[in-house]
Order: sequence, then structure tokens, then C-alpha cells
Amino acid sequence: MAEKNFGKPMKRVEDPRFITGTASYTDDLKLPGMVHAAMVRSPYAHARIKGIDASKALAHPGVLAVITGQEMKDAGIKSIPTGWLHPGIKTPPHYAITFDKARHVGDIVAAVIAETRQIAEDAAQLVEVDYEPLPAVSLGSDALKPGAPAVHDDVPDNICFTWSIGDKAAVDAAFASAYKTVKLHLRNNRLVPNAMEPRASLAQYHPASDEYTLWTTSQNPHIHRLLIAAFIMGIPEHKLRVIAPDVGGGFGSKIYQYPEEIIVLYAAKKLGRPVKWTARRSESFVTDSHGRDHETVAEMAVDQNGKITAVRVETIANMGAYLTTFAPAVPTYLYGCLLAGPYTTPHIYCHVTAPFTHTTPVDAYRGAGRPEATYLLERLADVMAHELGMDPVEFRRKNLIPPEAFPYQTPVALQYDSGNYEANLNKALELVNYKALREQQEAARKQGRYMGIGVVTYIEACGLAPSALVGSLGAQAGQWESALVRVMPTGKVEVFTGTHSHGQGHETAFAQVVADELQIPVEDVVLVHGDTGRMPYGWGSYGSRSAPTGLSAIVLAARKIVDKAKKIAAHLLEAAPEDIVHEDGKFMVKGVPDKAKTFFDIALQAHLAHNYPADLEPGLEATHFYDPKNFVFPFGTHIAVVEVDPETGKIKLLRYLSVDDCGPVVNPLIAEGQVHGGIAQGLGQALLEEAVYDKEGQILSGNFLEYALPRADDMVQIEHDHTVTPCPHNPLGIKGIGEAGTIASTAAVANAVMDALRPFGIVHLDMPYTPEKVWRAIQHSRLAQAAD
Amino acid sequence: MYTAPFSYKRASNLTEALSLLQQNPEAKLLAGGHSLIPAMKLRLAAPPMLIDISKVAELRGIRREGEILVIGAMTTYRELETSELLKQHCPILPQAVQVVGDPMVRAKGTIGGSLAHADPAADLPAVMLALEARIKVQGPDGARVLEAEQFFTGMFSTALQEGEILTEVHIPIRPGARMAYAKFPHPASRYAVVGVAVVLDGNTVRAAVTGVGEHAMRLSKLEQALSGQALSAENITAACQGLLPADHLNHDLVASKEYRAHLVDVMAKRALMQAVGL
Repeated sequence: MAEKNFGKPMKRVEDPRFITGTASYTDDLKLPGMVHAAMVRSPYAHARIKGIDASKALAHPGVLAVITGQEMKDAGIKSIPTGWLHPGIKTPPHYAITFDKARHVGDIVAAVIAETRQIAEDAAQLVEVDYEPLPAVSLGSDALKPGAPAVHDDVPDNICFTWSIGDKAAVDAAFASAYKTVKLHLRNNRLVPNAMEPRASLAQYHPASDEYTLWTTSQNPHIHRLLIAAFIMGIPEHKLRVIAPDVGGGFGSKIYQYPEEIIVLYAAKKLGRPVKWTARRSESFVTDSHGRDHETVAEMAVDQNGKITAVRVETIANMGAYLTTFAPAVPTYLYGCLLAGPYTTPHIYCHVTAPFTHTTPVDAYRGAGRPEATYLLERLADVMAHELGMDPVEFRRKNLIPPEAFPYQTPVALQYDSGNYEANLNKALELVNYKALREQQEAARKQGRYMGIGVVTYIEACGLAPSALVGSLGAQAGQWESALVRVMPTGKVEVFTGTHSHGQGHETAFAQVVADELQIPVEDVVLVHGDTGRMPYGWGSYGSRSAPTGLSAIVLAARKIVDKAKKIAAHLLEAAPEDIVHEDGKFMVKGVPDKAKTFFDIALQAHLAHNYPADLEPGLEATHFYDPKNFVFPFGTHIAVVEVDPETGKIKLLRYLSVDDCGPVVNPLIAEGQVHGGIAQGLGQALLEEAVYDKEGQILSGNFLEYALPRADDMVQIEHDHTVTPCPHNPLGIKGIGEAGTIASTAAVANAVMDALRPFGIVHLDMPYTPEKVWRAIQHSRLAQAAD
Repeated sequence: MYTAPFSYKRASNLTEALSLLQQNPEAKLLAGGHSLIPAMKLRLAAPPMLIDISKVAELRGIRREGEILVIGAMTTYRELETSELLKQHCPILPQAVQVVGDPMVRAKGTIGGSLAHADPAADLPAVMLALEARIKVQGPDGARVLEAEQFFTGMFSTALQEGEILTEVHIPIRPGARMAYAKFPHPASRYAVVGVAVVLDGNTVRAAVTGVGEHAMRLSKLEQALSGQALSAENITAACQGLLPADHLNHDLVASKEYRAHLVDVMAKRALMQAVGL
């Protein structure tokens, strides 16, 4: 009997091609006659475009065209829409090439098409644009001040939307009668996603059939096809094929419909030649939608027993200059609805104002709203614990939702499916030896060393999503997922999924599960993803949905195959289908093991249909569309230990431990890798990364000399374990794990740093905790303490 | 971005290199390339010709000539790091290069390139000043030897004249000297926000700092405060206060001038403590 593949730390089948340079990324693709695009981008955050003189560029040998926004608008190319609408939301147009004004540094004002990339880039420098620079605003709160320059003429107050959730009256009453309250002003720093592979697009037009093919770095090819066909370019949907080949990381940044994809499609038809565009890293910095960028006032109220009675949050969420595909959902339903965290808080109110500014658009980035929620909750918890004279762990323990309360209805719409928070916390505390850590900290303080411990208990909501629910909240898309399992005559199996793997290892993990369901060798299963021409319609990968939603669809399709296979076996074995069991890779008559057929026998007969049930269709493939009943709610405990060098303010990570619960784990190697990567990105936000704009909208940290991504020597060996609390509402009981690491780690590192600085009387600092920021806070507090 | 178009010539010896340079005054020398090529890709430099000197044998090697260590300009950081001669007679060099860049940069980057490029945040210029090294350059009219302190004249500019090639670095051997380099790296670029090199030669203290101004410079206030004294944790700490006034220091996203001035004090102290073994 073969062992189950589920739960095996199988090495990834995709890795050999990735690490030997034989993968096929969009930029690797070459088509006969292919030409190249380079974008002319505004160096100003805000400027009127008075004129464009392309004559020198056009005169450059090898240049085929210079395309302007006006040309594309006149050709009927429409604005790029956003995918989530709130009541009253302002959705000003977002043209692929702007023609009236540039609204952020990097906004495309013209596109040059030339024989080679080098010529295109050289000629782009020759396009003369007559800009009239205008005043600009980069900070969300500045955009809301009276007299602030408007990003869009038809949104004079810069307010894209406002949104709220919760019972404000009940919350205000709870604060009024609270035993203690704390209030924090928090900034959630803006991040540049920086996936390893820069964005790229290659478009080809086939005149004989009036069809288009677009290869592009996408996390969700069908969404691109729908938006381009139905909303932007008016191409009949069946005449556009979108293919996402190997994609080197997304983290959300490759969900969105970007201008360059539209431009290469338009140019391909105009010139009758395939057109490719690949971003330079400096372009990625200013055009890949950024993450986070919140300004928040967060408050917590407790009763005399230390139970949280209310949380009240007011946030300004910077949208940037334009709305990309997911943006309105991120600081609203993926944020406000997460403010219960793992706690029993009865009253929660969150109000969000979302302004436009003259900066790169802001949208989902690993965690998308949930890191922002977790960060503020966990900072409030630590500050409140300290106010109450309680250990921060004990404060959390007191407020955790108990295991018997599930499914747990929060006061902010979400109903948590399953959880066992205290047991998970205890496991983490035991593994890290929390008591010894605090003793270590005490001893260190006596030696004048500043060690800090940050403990975070988190939940998150992922596995997007129940379609009717999100539709009622403003989503302009379904969020179910599809699977097609197709068995070949020789018993090999293709699995088509609407999800997309751009680093998640689906080709391995999903094959493991299918192999178990069909009881065949895992090598006999291949996963196909990323091509609208091959897969059934799907919504792609983001929001940690591929396993809970995508894999559920696959499992249910595979079970349909097994049901059909049983009927075929019954016919071949001259038995009743109810008497057929599927065991040890065989279909056999119950209790009569030598009356059996192999999967290969069944597969072959399904295709020959020679000896076959009269009432059964030939073939052996099944499709399933799975609409989840709820989100899924992974949870866990993360513990970070840091030391601060008070002389320089530099922070060193000493230890990091996480105990996560995503239900049963399909492939522990992959799950651990996801957690590691997530933790690195959270650490990056806490200690290193910030997209810094000056007041005029110029990005000051627009390259890797200034923008510090975490590297191996910034990390420690991560100690990792998990608990297993299955999801009650999907076939495998699994939850997502792709974002949990980031959601928890930002807060864990932040709390550790603030814990280390506690002896200086520093209550709160904003991230990133750069050396100078920490040093100044210490200096300031030393002066203040000396003055007392 | 791509570089602007350029032609490429490889010199097989020093004479040929000098002659190519003289015939092509707009050309630039290519040593390790890890500063030049990135600048060319950003179009900050657009030399019409690159003269590759990586195969010029006269520029290689580390040897002892009497009481001087002679280091060829094309010596890579990796070779500096692993040189037994340097570990024995000038350990600050192998120590300092360990914090330059990353392994790829260290495999290709050269001492001559670093000094001739004179990045205000490069590590080696501070080390050369603290060692009172001499820099030999060769031009069409012959060779000259410059004191390190004369060599660095401004941001990315040196005393090298047109047509001259930096050929050797000469470091006086100081028996019994204790030395160390302490660097506070930029979290993104890993260049020196502040780097301090100290050489304790008998009773003489020589110290130099990089990353704070247009070029590396000696810390004369520190040298005067500690020269002639037996060093202790107390007098080191006392001397490393307010070594440079903040006013004219570099001021940028990663460090304000005040913080930079503070880091000079801290890194100077750490370099001294390390050199003294405290």
C-alpha cells in the first residue's frame, strides 16, 4: 500500500527548472518579428502635458512608432477599471497612457516601439514632452487638507471613498465607561513589492483570425482577459488568450491590470508585429502597485479585569494616483473586518478615508489589509498590557476566543470557522521557553543590554472567497475556483486549475493531493495553470486562496473521477457500483480482492468504451467549480527576540519562533518556505523598508541603493512548528498559509523592538525602526529623564 | 538601462595601457568594473572606449620590498583578504575588505580601482590614510609617488592626472602596530555610512574616516588627543566625543549630519577598542 503523499515534505518539481535557468519567463520568450516597447514616463509627480514632440524619436533608426494617450483614446481604448466598488466611490479614469496630466512619477506619457530594446530605450530619451509642473501631494492626510492639489479634476477633495464598519454608538459608550483606554497614532509604512522577476508583457496579434495572444506576468490570467476584452479594448473575449508562463513572484503586485499590457496589445495590432515590454527595476519601483501606507489613530478600552471591551480605529488609507484592480477592498473588508483579531472584543468600530495622492497606486501586498490590522491590534495589546502592569502574554491569554466558541461570530461581519488559540499560544511559549527568555532579558538589562521580546497572537482571513458575500460588499468578480481533472488513456492525469503558481509550488502540492485521491503515483499527475486557452475559467492566486479554494475544487473534481471510475469498474467486474471499493490503487469488489481493476484498466476502457456501461458517457474527466461557504481563518503565535544597540540604535534579530495553524499541512517543506518568506517580508517592513516620498511626490527610495530589502544576514534560523485545527467547511480541512507569516511578523518584530526600548520610557515609534530613529528616541528620552 | 555604445581594448602590458590611454583621452580604464559598469548602465558615465587592464601582469601581486609592502593595483579584494603577507604585516587590510560589498564584488573589485574611483563612502581610502600609505602612479612622463593624503581631492576625484594609471600601493611595515577598521554599513547599499580606520604605532595614533564628506579624511582631533598615551577604555571613550562637527557632514535619508557625527564617535571608539583588544 503506497503511503499517502499528503503531509510529505516532497521536494518541488518546479525547482529544477528554476534553479538551472531553464524556466520560461515572459522576458525569455522570443517570437519571429518581435519588436520592443519602452515607456516615456513622467519625472514629475503632477504636471500638465502641454505637448509631445516625437519627431526626434521617430527619426531615430529602428524606431517604428511613438504612441500617445490621445491616439489610444481616439482608437477607442477605454480606461482601466477597478475591481471593487463601494457605495459612493469615485472612480476617475485611468488610461494606459495619460494624455492630460501626469499624476505620479512614472505615469506613462508615451510609448516608443522599436526594433530592439536598446533602440527603444534610447529613443524614449528623445521624446520631448512639454510639462507644466503642478503642486503635488504625497501624504494621505496632506491630500485631505483644504486647498490640497486635486489629483483628479472630478475629485476636487481627493476623497476616493469613505467606509466604516461596526457599531459606533456602542463603541463610543464602551470607551466612555472604560476602566482604562490607550490611544496610539500609528503609521503603516509604504512598501515596494519588489518581486524578483520584473513585470513583462508580450503581445501578438493574428490578423487572419483577428485574435490576440498576451503573455504576461500575471497571478490571474482570466481576470486580465476579462478586463482587457470586456472593459478596456473591446476585443471579443474568445479572441483573446492570456498566458502567464513561469512568473517569478508576485506577492500581489502581479494581480493588477497594468497599462503596459494594454499598450503592447494595441501596438501589436497597429504594427502587425509581436511587441514585448520588460520593466527595468527602476520602473518597478514606481509602477508596481505599492503596499500599506496607512495613517491611523487606534484606541483600545478594557474593563477592570483586563478584558478588552472596545476597539476604535480611524484610518487614512493612501490610494495613490489611480485605483488598480483590488485597491478599494484592501483597507476596508480585508482590514476593518479583521479588527477582532483572536480576541473576544465585543464592540469594534473602524472608519476609513481613502484619498488619492500623486504617488504610485497602492493595492494588495502580501497580507493586504491583515498585516495593517494585526499590527495595530498587537501594538495596542502590548501598550495596554503595560498600562495594566500585566505580562503581554497574560493580557492576550485573558482575551483569546476560547475553543468552544467556534464558529465564532465577530462584531465585524466575519465568522471564524475554527480555532484553538490558547493551545497554540502555549505550544509557542513552551518551545521558546518564554520564562527563560524573560529571565534572560532581566539579566541583560542589569548588564546595560537592551533585549526585547515581542509575542503576537494573530488570526487572518483568507481563502477568498464566498462569491455572493463579496459580491454584496462590492466585488466586481466571483471568487469561487475551478478545476478540471482529465485522465488520459494511459492513466496519466492532467489537472487544470484556475489558480496560478508563481512561487507557491502548486505543481508539487496539488499533484500530491490528486495522487492520493486517485491512488496513483504522484509522477503521473501534472498541474496545468496560467493559460486561459487551456484551463476552465478561474480567478487566480492571491489572498492565500489556492489551497483552501483551488485545491478544494480539484479534490471534488477528482472525487467525481473516482465515482465514475467505480461505475466503470462495476461494469467490468460485473458487480454493483455500491459493492466497489477503491483501495491500494485498485477498484475491487468489497471482500473479493482478486476481483479488481487497476486505474490504468479503467482509464483505458473509458477511452475505448468497448466493454462499457450503456448509460454512462465515455471519457474520464471531471470539472468542479467550488464556491467556498466562508473564508478560512489560519492563526498562530509568533515570538521575536531582538537586541538594540543603544549607541547606534541598530536592531539585531536574535531569535524568531512561529507556531502557525493552517489546518492539515499538504507539504511541510512548502508551508515552511511560505512562512519563512512571509517572516522575512514582515521583518523587512519593521526594520528596513520604506517607500519614501518627499512632499512633492518625488520618490527618494527608488532603487536598491536606498531601499533596503532584507538579506540572509538580516535573518536568523527560524524556529517553526504548527498546530492542526482543521477547517470545518472544505473537503481537506485546509487553510491558507501564504500570507500568515507576514501578517504576524511585522507586529512581532515591532513589539520586540518596543519592548527592548521600554526602559527608556519610549511608548511608541513608527516603523521602520531605522538606527537613527531608534537612537534619536533614546537620546530624547534620556534628556527627558535627566530633566525630571 | 543599456550603456551608451563603447569600444573595448585589452592592454597586454603597462606600456600598451599607457599608450592606449594617451591616444584615447576620453577612455576609461576597466579593472574590476563593479563601480564603472553600474555607472555606465545608469548613463552617469559614457566613455567611448574601455581599456581593460585586468591582464597587465605588472599590476598584480603583493610583495615585500624591505620595509614596504608593495601591492599591485589590480589586486582584488579577495587576494587582499587571503594574503598571508598582509595578515602578518598589515592586518587591517584583510580585515577591512571583508566588509566591502559582497563575495562577487570582492572577487572582481581591485584596490587600484577603489582608490582611483574615490567613492566618498568607499572603505579603502580611510584605511590608506590611517596607514599613511603611498600611491604610485605612472604617466606618459614617468612615475610619481603620492602620499595618500594628497591623493583624495574631492568626491570621485583624485590627484591622478590625464593619462596616468595608478600602478601600486606602498604600505610601510610597522612592526608591532595594532590596527582595526570599524564600519557602520548602509542597510541597503552596504557602503560605509561611517567607517573609521585606526593604526596604533607605538605611541602614535593615526585615524581616518570615510562616508562623512566628499572624501576620506584624517581625524586629527582624535590623533592629537590620544597620541603619546597608553590607551584605556576610559581615555578612548573620553577622546571619542565630538570628533567632527556635524555642520558640514553628509546628510541623507539614512543618516542626518548629527547622527553621522555621532556615528563617527562610536565607530572611532569601536575601532580603537578592537585594535587595543578591549
